[in-house]
Amino acid sequence: MILKIILSLLWFAIWMLLSWPPTITNALAGIAVAAFVTFMTSDMFDSGANPLRKPSRYLWFVWYAAVFLWECVKANLDVAYRVIHPDLPIRPGTVKIKTALKSDIGLTFLANSITLTPGTTTVDIDKERGLIYVHRMYIKDGLAISDRLPVVDRFEKILRKVFE
Amino acid sequence: MIEHIGYALILVGLFFDFFGCLGIIRLPDVYNRLQASAKCITLGTCGILFGLFLIKGFTATGIKALLCLLFIILTAPVSAHALARGAYRSGVKPCPETVVDEYGEDIKNIK
Amino acid sequence: MGRRMRWLLGLLAISAAVVLIFAAPLPSMLRWQSPLLARAFLWLVMSAGLCLWRVLRGPTAPDRAVAIDMLGILIVGLCALLSIPTGRDWYIDIGIAWALQSFIGIMALSKSMEGKDFDD
Repeated sequence: MILKIILSLLWFAIWMLLSWPPTITNALAGIAVAAFVTFMTSDMFDSGANPLRKPSRYLWFVWYAAVFLWECVKANLDVAYRVIHPDLPIRPGTVKIKTALKSDIGLTFLANSITLTPGTTTVDIDKERGLIYVHRMYIKDGLAISDRLPVVDRFEKILRKVFE
Repeated sequence: MIEHIGYALILVGLFFDFFGCLGIIRLPDVYNRLQASAKCITLGTCGILFGLFLIKGFTATGIKALLCLLFIILTAPVSAHALARGAYRSGVKPCPETVVDEYGEDIKNIK
Repeated sequence: MGRRMRWLLGLLAISAAVVLIFAAPLPSMLRWQSPLLARAFLWLVMSAGLCLWRVLRGPTAPDRAVAIDMLGILIVGLCALLSIPTGRDWYIDIGIAWALQSFIGIMALSKSMEGKDFDD
């Protein structure tokens, strides 16, 4: 029930932002639309996580956003360097990586942040065995193939604090 | 002052967009192209939208630009992931420079 | 060796396009308040043209799907850019709707490439 109330408040906020100059007509229409959308789709978001239980996870989410932004800028510079270079310095390949995250939303965020960090893209997630298949753009020679990526470790540590 | 920061962000976004498009032409196979597109285009367009927000401030356009930014940053990696998976399952081979292909081997074992 | 030659040719073509964008007189359709934004618009159109080349040329279907995905996000950027000099806020509405439609379309396309139905 508390999840439904929070979801409907979220939809109402998005409605009000989309129809920005806030008037009373917009607010009335927004209440109706938010109630309808919550009624139709609330069973899709039944993840069991109560968002109000631990307030510290919001702070961790802000920290996650900062780290994510920095890695994203680094990834873009990396791609730009590889694309401009006349010899195209790539040694691509797919590797698999173990993950300890269990919840759906945590895995989604981990996959998204792997995709937007330097040289890696998520290809597939195997939820039963806890594996993530990652396509990497440049695999160094000395590295063991199933070695862990430092970026994935860091994001996993933060995301476990946020979502579990 | 804040308008100039916005224009600078738009400029940076334009450059990253261009690098993404260059990547999709130069890189050899689908998966590498997907990397270039998912990263460069997402950050480039987000830069343009955030610059628009800084220029316009809290008006209707600025708020909508912010919402659009949030939407793109949430959905672009998901669509890249779905495309990579679809390409592998539909049987597109990785390029000959590929060093190791654990996902292809695992799919073959499952099938 | 061939790769170096093609790199040089590409560099020449792109620098010719950049000179054309920044030095040629603007067509009357694009004479807005700020000529710099019109140049930026043309720059994005050039990037979209590179994408379209991949759509035409791509050897397999997933190549074309990737290029079309990129084009969708580039068009959102174009809409955002257009809404500055014209001052009309419905351009960004077009952008939001386009991003949504493109995401759903790409998801359906990748499912059908995988050889599945749309129910999962």
